Amino acid sequence: MSNEVILEGGQAVSAHHGEVHEHHEHHDTFITKYVFSQDHKMISKQFLITGMFWGIVGGLFSVIFRLQLGYPDTHFPFLETLLGHWAPDGKLNPEFYYALVTMHGTVLVFFVLTAGLSGTFANFLIPLQVGARDMASPFMNMLSYWFFFLASVVMFASLFVQTGPASGGWTTYPPLSALGGASDGSKAGMDLWLIAMALFVVSQLLAGLNYISTVLNMRTKGLSMTKLPLTVWALFFTAVLGVLSFPVLLSGFILLLFDRHMGTSFYLSNITLASGQVLPNEGGSAILYQHLFWFLGHPEVYIILLPAMGMASEILSINSRKPIFGYMAMVGSLFAICILAFLVWAHHMFVTGLNPFLGSFFVLLTLLIAIPSAIKVFNWLTTLWRGNIRFTPAMMFAIGFVSLFISGGLTGIFLGNSALDLHLHDTMFVVAHFHIVMGVASFFGMFAGIYHWYPKMYGRYLNNTLGYIHFWVTMIGAYCIFWPMHYEGLAGMPRRYPDVSNWHSFNMFGGLNEFISAVALVVFSVQLLFIFNFFYSIFKGRKVRTQNPWHATTLEWTTPIRPGHGNWPGEIPEVHRWAYDYSKDGRDFIPQTEPLGDHESGH
Amino acid sequence: MATVAVSKDQSVWGGGKSPYALSYGKLMMWFFLMSDAFTFGALLISLWTTRFSVSSWPDPNQVFKTFPLMGEADLPLVFVSLMTFILILSSVTMVLAVQAGHNMDKKGAAKWMIFTIIGGLCFLSCQAWEWTHLFHEGAWWGRNPFPNRDGSLPTTAFTNYFFTVTGFHGFHVFSGVVINCVILANILGGTYERRGHYEMIEKVGLYWHFVDLVWVFVFTCYYLL
Repeated sequence: MSNEVILEGGQAVSAHHGEVHEHHEHHDTFITKYVFSQDHKMISKQFLITGMFWGIVGGLFSVIFRLQLGYPDTHFPFLETLLGHWAPDGKLNPEFYYALVTMHGTVLVFFVLTAGLSGTFANFLIPLQVGARDMASPFMNMLSYWFFFLASVVMFASLFVQTGPASGGWTTYPPLSALGGASDGSKAGMDLWLIAMALFVVSQLLAGLNYISTVLNMRTKGLSMTKLPLTVWALFFTAVLGVLSFPVLLSGFILLLFDRHMGTSFYLSNITLASGQVLPNEGGSAILYQHLFWFLGHPEVYIILLPAMGMASEILSINSRKPIFGYMAMVGSLFAICILAFLVWAHHMFVTGLNPFLGSFFVLLTLLIAIPSAIKVFNWLTTLWRGNIRFTPAMMFAIGFVSLFISGGLTGIFLGNSALDLHLHDTMFVVAHFHIVMGVASFFGMFAGIYHWYPKMYGRYLNNTLGYIHFWVTMIGAYCIFWPMHYEGLAGMPRRYPDVSNWHSFNMFGGLNEFISAVALVVFSVQLLFIFNFFYSIFKGRKVRTQNPWHATTLEWTTPIRPGHGNWPGEIPEVHRWAYDYSKDGRDFIPQTEPLGDHESGH
Repeated sequence: MATVAVSKDQSVWGGGKSPYALSYGKLMMWFFLMSDAFTFGALLISLWTTRFSVSSWPDPNQVFKTFPLMGEADLPLVFVSLMTFILILSSVTMVLAVQAGHNMDKKGAAKWMIFTIIGGLCFLSCQAWEWTHLFHEGAWWGRNPFPNRDGSLPTTAFTNYFFTVTGFHGFHVFSGVVINCVILANILGGTYERRGHYEMIEKVGLYWHFVDLVWVFVFTCYYLL
């Protein structure tokens, strides 16, 4: 549908309805409005709520395996009640421990921080901020959610098969993942994992194509690319990354499926199973899978991080009442990160037998990422500098994002060096690094986005007090959980082990592990508080009374408080200036829709 | 400065129109093809990493030398050349279908689309014959009866990649034929005539040419080198 066609549709709608009830379009049935909806705003809420469901599931997994790590000798009878034969006598079966960490990683990386994050905000913000009635193809947009839903169903079903879900780690390296005989988790669970992920790739492709063509083709009049808010730039680059990297993962999965079921040897060579059985496979290379996997896997890190960066930029600027510092540098660094994202994948493979000479190139390229990252950090800090800061919950989370990105980014410099990586690889140091820089930081970006755009999504505010509690406990908790892990990792404590008490050298971390697990439990409960806040506020939250509650410049705040299908009741507004005219010419803010004055110049 | 900003707004990137003067559908198709190129790229690069790691590889002139109904005649690469010719010919008919669409020529578009579908079906049939033939010679995923060029014992990588890559390509051709059939039904049903343009043919045309282009690479990597 072109802009014009939807425009006519939108006008027809507004002619029939008053402003307040515009979202109740009478020709919408429950099915077309809430289930198979083609409205980008509803689809974004579907992504968000599905993502929240997965967030709880994935978070609960981490609480369960943290119990094991913190209290390796204690029996928890309720675990047997909950998990049955996976936790005999209330003690986790090691196989199931591996399944838990695998599913924790898969769920949070793909289902929460990819689909839940960019699925939510690309869908919600791109049409609203570029001034479009909807996505380029609302139908494909709907398909993208339902492919994700299907992937979710298959992945969730894999939790309940007799032999358990996939358990070879979220990277599912062969030969372990290719050989059903190698472990229980490599049986039916692994097949379901691959099917779910293939569906997920399809969903991401449909979504990404839509995001890209909407940003390129459907910007409203006057909204040139350099007037776009940074959120849209970030979501655009995210989509490009996804469209170019997920297909490579799909190819890797296809070869893996053949290795599993067709007797091929793409990844397999000279293998003897623990049972003593010698396999006939020869000529394959397990490293090949790692290359294919990490060619997605590394861009995936930025698929997760860029939307958070974009939203943090926007929220920091709005709540500092200052223009974003270095707009073009921000766009340029996003672009640089995008390019470099494709050139560093082998830094995940320094110790897998990769040629050390090749490794040195990947070290160089990896460390180059520090430059655009530092540009972004300094720009965020200079945006805050001498700003007139409003500490809304969204702003708190955005500042927290910057803090976490700095802390986690600095340890990336350690890991990017192949020489240091020999020591640090597969230790808790890595766990600490990527959880802070990509996991928690992106979660903070997501929370910032939810608190900030919730009024636009539901016409009500989230409760601020609960928001501040949510922020402080999560912020302090995240550092308490992950900071100590750096010490454990530097001391050589490996990740992926259900019990390290056999090593005397790590006994000194017993108390620390208990502490981490206790904090993890507290932080998890606070997320439940957030979930409560979210659903309670949908129905009972304080109502939004003004069109532009944050006094922001961007287009989404020119729509009605609860925009209907088509977003703007009348014509789509025209844009005349960039998105960051805050505290300009003695005015608090100037909306993008206001023409430049006679003596005023564009940014 | 203000004048600069104004003139910039009037540029193709100024919003309110497509910067490439392309519909969103074509734009999506281009990005999809880029994405799909990465899928095939990954498979072919995997093939080459494996090939570089082994000392020798079966000789395609020895493997692909039969022709239907020609018995044991030694005709290296003749059959696959015919397949390639058919596929390229179907791209030509697709171009003619697009051309007919531009001229709002419903009958012509339908005619050339039918030829394109026939071309696609011929290619798939040839591939089915070749696969069956190879299967009867003992080749399949995980089984490789063909000796290496230097006479050494082969691994199964040759057949593994052959069936995977040509199978994946064949699946693309198959999808293309199905989509072409849908388009044909729409042409005959007058959907595009009512819409006032035949752009859908252009979009599937892009896909069809891409699949053709991919075959050129598959052909080069597997049958020539």
